[in-house]
Order: sequence, then C-alpha cells, then structure tokens
Amino acid sequence: MDKTVNQKAWFLVLPVFLVVAFSAVLPLMTVVNYSMQDTFGNNQFFWNGVGWFKELLDPSTDLGGRFLASLGRNLFFSLAILAIEVPLGIVVALSMPREGWTVAACLVVLALPLLIPWNVVGTIWQIFGRPDIGLLGYVLNAMGFDYNYVSNDVDAWVTVIVMDVWHWTSLVALLCYAGLKSIPEAYYQAAQIDGASRWAVFKAIQLPKMNRVLLIAVLLRFMDSFMIYTEPFVVTGGGPGNSTTFVSIELVKIALGQFDLGKAAALSLVYNLIILIVCWIFYTVMTNAGVERKVQAESEPAVEPKPSAALKPVPALKPREGVA
Amino acid sequence: MARIDLVDLAHSYGGNDAPRESFALKPVTMTWRQGGAYALLGPSGCGKTTLLNVISGIITPSRGKILFDGKDITLLSTQKRNIAQVFQFPVIYDTMTVGQNLAFPLKNRGVPKADIDRRVAEIGRLLDLEPYLNRKATRLTADAKQKISLGRGLVRNDVAAVLFDEPLTVIDPELKWQLRSKLKALHRELDLTMIYVTHDQTEALTFADTVVVMHDGRVVQSGTPAELFDKPAHTFVGYFIGSPGMNILPAEVRGREAKVGGHVIALNRSYDNLPAGAKIEIGVRPEFVEVVAPAPGLLTAKIERIDDLGRIRFARVRVGDAKLAARAPGSFTSADGSAGLKFDPSHVHVYADSLLVEGAA
Repeated sequence: MDKTVNQKAWFLVLPVFLVVAFSAVLPLMTVVNYSMQDTFGNNQFFWNGVGWFKELLDPSTDLGGRFLASLGRNLFFSLAILAIEVPLGIVVALSMPREGWTVAACLVVLALPLLIPWNVVGTIWQIFGRPDIGLLGYVLNAMGFDYNYVSNDVDAWVTVIVMDVWHWTSLVALLCYAGLKSIPEAYYQAAQIDGASRWAVFKAIQLPKMNRVLLIAVLLRFMDSFMIYTEPFVVTGGGPGNSTTFVSIELVKIALGQFDLGKAAALSLVYNLIILIVCWIFYTVMTNAGVERKVQAESEPAVEPKPSAALKPVPALKPREGVA
Repeated sequence: MARIDLVDLAHSYGGNDAPRESFALKPVTMTWRQGGAYALLGPSGCGKTTLLNVISGIITPSRGKILFDGKDITLLSTQKRNIAQVFQFPVIYDTMTVGQNLAFPLKNRGVPKADIDRRVAEIGRLLDLEPYLNRKATRLTADAKQKISLGRGLVRNDVAAVLFDEPLTVIDPELKWQLRSKLKALHRELDLTMIYVTHDQTEALTFADTVVVMHDGRVVQSGTPAELFDKPAHTFVGYFIGSPGMNILPAEVRGREAKVGGHVIALNRSYDNLPAGAKIEIGVRPEFVEVVAPAPGLLTAKIERIDDLGRIRFARVRVGDAKLAARAPGSFTSADGSAGLKFDPSHVHVYADSLLVEGAA
C-alpha cells in the first residue's frame, strides 16, 4: 500500500497534545515535584528526596500511621460493600420480571439512586439518620436502639455502608439483569427437562452466564468504593474520631487542612499507584479470559458462531484524578 | 417407551377464548406410535414448534389432552414426563465437562453415583463422545454440542420420546449428513420414539418413516414420504413437498374430465359429486407433465425457461395466467417458444377447497 507522506498531519494532533499536557501531564508532574520537597509556605521549597515516601510506608510515623490506618479502613469498606452489594444485586436481578410493563417500572426505580449526585446522597442520609429529626434515626431510637452515627463508631460504619449499598446495589443489579437477559430461553427449557432444581439452574446456567458482567461489576464497585470521598465526608466527616476517615478524606485533610503539600503529594501518588495496579490486575484477568476463548475458537475451526460475548473487556479505566 | 396420543389438542397464545382462527395450533387428534421416527414438517410459524413444546410440557395446551400410554399427562410438568428434547441451538452447561453435562439429569434425579458413571460411559460410547468426557464442553464443535444435548436426554433410561427442534440448523452441511445418519442409527438401536421438527423437506423425508406436514396451525397430512409425494392430501402438501412443487390449476371438473382454460384434460377416476360452490383445482406433479411439440388435443403453453438440474430438466411454462413446471425430455427443443403439455391421467388429482377428493373408479 502506498501512503501519502504528509508531515503537516502532526498539526492535527497538536491540540490534543496540548490539552493532555495541560490537563494531565503537567498537574501530575507538579504532584511528583511536590512529593520530593518540603515547604513552609511563602513559596519556599526544600529538597526532601524520597523522605515522604519512606515516612508514608512506615507505620511508626504520624503520616505513615494515618495513611495505613485509613488504607485499612478503605479496604475493609470496599470488601464489606462488595460482600453485600454483589449477592444482593444478583438476588434483585433474579427476582426482577422478565417481560411486561413491570420491567420498565423496575428499571426506573433501580436507576433512581444512581442518578443522585454524591453529596446529595450524603445529605439525604445525614438527615435521614439524625436521631432528633431524621426518620431512620428517630424511629430506631424510638424502638429502643441507641443509634447515633455522630458518637458511635459502629453506627457510623453501618450508616456509611448501608448508604453505599442503597446507592450502588442498583448498578450491580442492572449489570446482572443484562447478563441474565442474554440467556436464551432454550437453556431454561433444557434445564427443566433435565430436572434441574432452582439452585442447579442458578449454578449451572445463570451464574456462569453472568460471570463476565459480575467481574465488571466488581471492578467498578471496587474502584469507586476505594476512591470514595463525598458521601462519608458529608455524613460523618470522617468521624467519630477517625473511625470513618478513608484515604481520600485523609488526603484532603493533609493537603488542604494542614497544607502539607509534600506529604499530600506523596500520599496521592501512592494512592493512585494502588488504584492503577488493581485496575491492571482486573484488566489482565478479563482480557486473559477473552484470549483463552479466542484460542479455543482458533484451534477448532468448526465452532459455532458465538452469540457475541456478553461484554468486551473494558479499556483500562482511568481513575479519578488524585485530589491534591 | 410410550405411545403418545393427542386428543383434540389445541393451543392459543392468546388464551382459550381467543378467536378460533388465531390459534397457533388448531385442534388435532393423532397417535404417535412407540418406536416411530416422525418428522414434523412445515414452514416457519406453522405451529410445529408449538406442538413439540406442548408434547414436552414446556407449554400447557389451551385445550385437549395428551396421553402417554393411555395415561393423561396434560398437566404434568416437564420433569415428570419422560421426554428428552434437543433444541435448535446447542444447550450445554458451560462450566461442566462433557461427562458432567451428561450426568446432570441423573444427578438432579438423585441417581446413585455408580449408576451415573456407568450410564455416562455407555452413552458417551454410543455417541462417540468418549474421548471428550473429561474436557470442558464449551470447547467442542457445534455438532459435538448437539450430541451432548441429545446425550443428556438418552442418559435417562426412562425416556419415552426424544424431541428434536430443528437440531441441525447450526451444523455444517457435511456434518449434517453424519449426524443425521447417527440419529437414524440410534433410532434403530434404541427403539425410541423420535419426533423431529424441521422446515427442510430433505431432512424430514430422509429421517422419518412418517412425515407429518403442518400448515397454518393444522396437521394437513401424515404419511410416508411416498404417500406425501404421490397423493398429497392438501394442495399445500403438494406445493411444499417436491422440488419444484406440484402444479395447481383452477379447473372445472365434471365426471372424468377436467377443463382448464377451455381445454379438456382426461382424468383416471370419475368425480361426480364434488361439493357445490367449492373452489375446484387440479394438481399434478411436474414429473408427470411432459412438454412436447404442440399438437392438436394438447394444452398449449408458452415456455419461459428450461432449468437443467443435471439428471432431469424442468420447463417453466405459462398457460394463460397460470405458471407450471413440466418435465422436458432430453430431446425436446422448441423453436418458437410454444409447446404442448401431456398430462399423465393417473397422477392428476382433484382438490375441492384445497382438500384432496377421491374420485370413483
């Protein structure tokens, strides 16, 4: 093939280069720059090398202690909401109607929480849970439970987790529902003829057909919950004490509260790196699953044309920019 | 092992009160003999899959009864009927190996493990799946997957009938032959009732010893391939079976004569009491009409083209508004595009309102 060589074409990509440089590369390099320095304000900076990073990973220092504690809380939070949202989402998807006007009604109701902005969700639950004027808090206390998310660690955690479940289970349910809808009717009929119980149908047909959408659901929910900031910040402000202070909240405290730019920059880089690594692991797992299928298809030429695989592996997800 | 009787069976997706003409399956009474190989043949939307699903229990019929060996099983669930079904697209359980797939129906029924292993090995051997028993079923070809679907039915030793719903749709042409011969062999070996739904007449005629032709929700004829060919009971059967299909011509029939466009065609039998006011047509297969040089006493036709099928040639001709196909002998040529049609009287059938009328000798 003959290609026309025209170097002027570079000018066409120039705007994109500029936009990316100013929106991503320069800010990121600024953060890298900050992470190597210390400042006492007045725009005076001192070289600190990898000092902040060393401190960050050393639990005996103040910075390291705070970072690792909030990281632990964050991981616990992510695992907790995954453990609730994934099974719950599957159950919701399974119990949704398969046809008729009720489908549309269910979809609308499920989509509603997803459409509410984060800080509005936070505000809703902040008020909802107040023991004096909130419906939930008031009722719980009236029923004899001593519920107060402002003063009790467990109550604060329960509130934050329930809020996330309320906000995001729909996403898992909708993804699973899409996976379920793609299963041809013949599978259920065959299972019926094979005498499969409800549980056997779930295990042999529905779960395997859903596993790819589930992987995506887990990835999305993990990333999002790992980066969570707004909702718990609005509800508990990270308290009581530091009990619901997640990494992003800690980061904002250091960067904007204490104006420790160096520490904050180091923290946000490590935070970003963790997210990238997890993303990469998920991405590799998903594309590998895809590759495995392709190899099968090539080694056996006469395979049926597959009804296009449920979902393509998502291109590497871009984490939200660090807060600093 | 069972004889299956359908008694006044009908189904409407709109419920029992829907207008009669809208029924997907109009009332039918018939018997499927134990050990028979049946084909349900008809165009898409003629109700053949509905009938199959009624027999397997996926659909509960709006009215009528189904008897297995005289026992009413109309309201019995699919699991409780001893039916196996193979679907159009292979249904296999992705996460399981071939062996586990075959064992699935037995496991669900709580059969002891030793018996399961024995049966799975047996069926695996029967279907030539032995080398794959420990492989993941997803990795196999479409024809192997269809064999697994079939195997899941055969593995139960209580199966009364195996139903096939266009099972060869996704299979490569050369493998279709192999799989179909395999089915025939299995049928001979296992003495099972097999019902095979298809819209492909070759498949139906080669597989079955009885072909049931359906049209617009009705069973229009059930018989051996030869019967369907020689004596179609309905003009639709004549048209649908055979390639090209039967020639159907509007005619006036009186006694031993049929009048087509003013021309008289002799008939072998006498038709004196045709229903008054009915639409009368004659039907004759292209194989029994010959184009010859025009001559007095022959119906004159205009030749549109001649299709050479290798072992036989068919002329496409036009008589007035009607189009016909007729056999063209190897020696036949036409200079001016006109020809005479010679009918074989013993193969000219008379239809009143599309139904075959038996004449008197």
